[in-house]
Amino acid sequence: MQQDRMATLQVLFKRYRRPGDIVFALAFLIFSIWLLTQLSAQTTWKPNGKLVAQASFWPMIAVGGMVFFASLHTVGSLLSRRILGRWKEVGFWFRSVEYALWFMAYVMLVPILGYLFVTLLMCLLLALRAGYRSRKMLMASVVGGFLVVVIFKSLLQVKVPGGQVYEYLPTALRSFMLTFF
Amino acid sequence: MIESLISGIGLLFQWQVLLALLIGSVGGVVIGAIPGVGPAVAIAILLPATFSMEPLVGLTLLLGIYGSAMYGGALPAILINTPGTAVNALTTYDGYPMTQRGEGRRAVSLAYSASFVGAIISIVCLILLSPLLALVAPMFGSREIFLAALLGIVLVILAHRGQVLAAGMLACFGILLNTVGLDPVTYTKRYTFDQSWLTSGVDLIVVVLGLFALSQAFLLLIEKDSSPKPEIEKGSMLSGLREVGSHKRVAGVSSGFGVLMGIIPGVGEFTAQFLSYTYAQKTSKTPELFGKGSPEGLVASEAANNAVPAAAMIPLLALGIPGEALTAMMLSVFYVHNVIPGPQLFQNQLDFVYALYIAMLLLNVAVIIFLMFSTKALTHIIRVPTRFLGLLILILGFVGVYSLRNSVTDCAMAAGFGVLGLVLKRLNLPVVPIILGMVLGGIMEVKLRSSMPRVKSPIDFIERPIAALLFFAIIFVIGLHIRTLFREQHASTDGSRDHDLHDTQQR
Repeated sequence: MQQDRMATLQVLFKRYRRPGDIVFALAFLIFSIWLLTQLSAQTTWKPNGKLVAQASFWPMIAVGGMVFFASLHTVGSLLSRRILGRWKEVGFWFRSVEYALWFMAYVMLVPILGYLFVTLLMCLLLALRAGYRSRKMLMASVVGGFLVVVIFKSLLQVKVPGGQVYEYLPTALRSFMLTFF
Repeated sequence: MIESLISGIGLLFQWQVLLALLIGSVGGVVIGAIPGVGPAVAIAILLPATFSMEPLVGLTLLLGIYGSAMYGGALPAILINTPGTAVNALTTYDGYPMTQRGEGRRAVSLAYSASFVGAIISIVCLILLSPLLALVAPMFGSREIFLAALLGIVLVILAHRGQVLAAGMLACFGILLNTVGLDPVTYTKRYTFDQSWLTSGVDLIVVVLGLFALSQAFLLLIEKDSSPKPEIEKGSMLSGLREVGSHKRVAGVSSGFGVLMGIIPGVGEFTAQFLSYTYAQKTSKTPELFGKGSPEGLVASEAANNAVPAAAMIPLLALGIPGEALTAMMLSVFYVHNVIPGPQLFQNQLDFVYALYIAMLLLNVAVIIFLMFSTKALTHIIRVPTRFLGLLILILGFVGVYSLRNSVTDCAMAAGFGVLGLVLKRLNLPVVPIILGMVLGGIMEVKLRSSMPRVKSPIDFIERPIAALLFFAIIFVIGLHIRTLFREQHASTDGSRDHDLHDTQQR
């Protein structure tokens, strides 16, 4: 009988899973519950005000929904058969942090060294990091970076500030670099 | 109507608009043909670059990418069994077996032609429906728009069959993200944790760029490098149009499903494809060929998915409600350009609306002409090594985020969402509910507040016919889902096909 009920629940919560599913489900549930505990401190409830006019109404709906769905999602994961490779998968997720850091380094360096130089440098370094060693691929990455700068900054004039090092350039070159690169 | 149409044509025939249309449509095909870069990534990156353009120029550029990416996406789906965009997944079922039989060129030509037919039927429907929309749209007050947005949220959760719980929690997360910052009415802080960088809220474009572009860059850079080598035999690409003519019924019905599913917010291409593919198989004289290289299956899949973009513009333009991630992005483009989609747009700027429709029509013609001559060249683009592609997306992602407001905090947030997006993609969990939660959550909050002064009791909320209709539609779809759940309890279902689709939705 107990087994029957489990089987029924398993069917009810059946979904297409991947390794590491339970880790994400639990992390999301804990995050949701933590947000719920912060609801009264992080939102304002005015006495005598209408429910839907309260500033905390929509955060309450959202966090309540997160806890509700995340709880059921976690139950679904717990009742499902374990898929091997859980921690290997979690390791894969953490590998993405390295590239997030590369991205942030790029962001931090642009206002100092200038958009063009940092983009070319970043393309070259990332190409090397990606395992490319041939001259063709290294050149392609640098040319690709140059084209991105020319299209977006020189032609489309998107808002990317000039680098601090541009201050040390001769006046004519400085204004050219500030406008186009 | 005729006056507005002529005025719309006048708006469109400026060289900047036509150039944007050409670049958008050709660029969309190229982007769609590269597996790993979908239209969402391209639109997210290009969004800030269009801010300085004229509204119609910026919109046609992005509309071009939106409307043409699926054409390009069919090419790798047929030739190397990898869909170029997520919605070309079903195309692999019959397209790739045809390639294996040595009919790659025929399959590609058929896919292009079916896509073209689907898109044109959809745009014609849109144009014919416009006067009706202009009539119905003003009947949508705050409460109707609130209920339509709620229906959209419910549908986007339930449409992720097999992942409803995950879609629900992620949609709620999206709603929460939209509330972070200062409440616009009471000016009180919500979930800012006394951090000044959270006071201004979480920008939708930052989240989109993180979840779509950066996550894809991280994924491509980490995964093993690959460079597919598709081949296509020589021959004319025009034969497909004739062959689609012999599958008129399937093409017509599939386009109809595409239009219908495009109009309903939160449903989109996948449901349209399922319905049309199932219909085509059930009514076919050779159902056993489906999944093994059936031209009818290919026509059903491609006609349905290409009919969706134009139809998805209906709720977006008429009510300001996006039905999926791409239209949600388009909505932010509209806002940036001070064009507010909704009932007033049809009343005050009908010529602008017609200009957009004609732009969609022209882009499809431009794409089909481009494809007739460039398919061979496009097969070379598919060969770009995946890690190199990841590198380029990372560099492009920077322009997208940083040029918004030169904020390091925005970039850090986007990087954080990039990591989250990667985890979701790896787990085969949907990203779209977060985006729609953010957009529809914002609409629901504003509309519910503005409708409350005129509502004395809960019944007042649904006293108007459209509001009542929407309310019962919400109850109906939830009821239908619960019924399906209980039916599935009793009957063991083989979900392998569904499984594959959800897997590729993430690419």
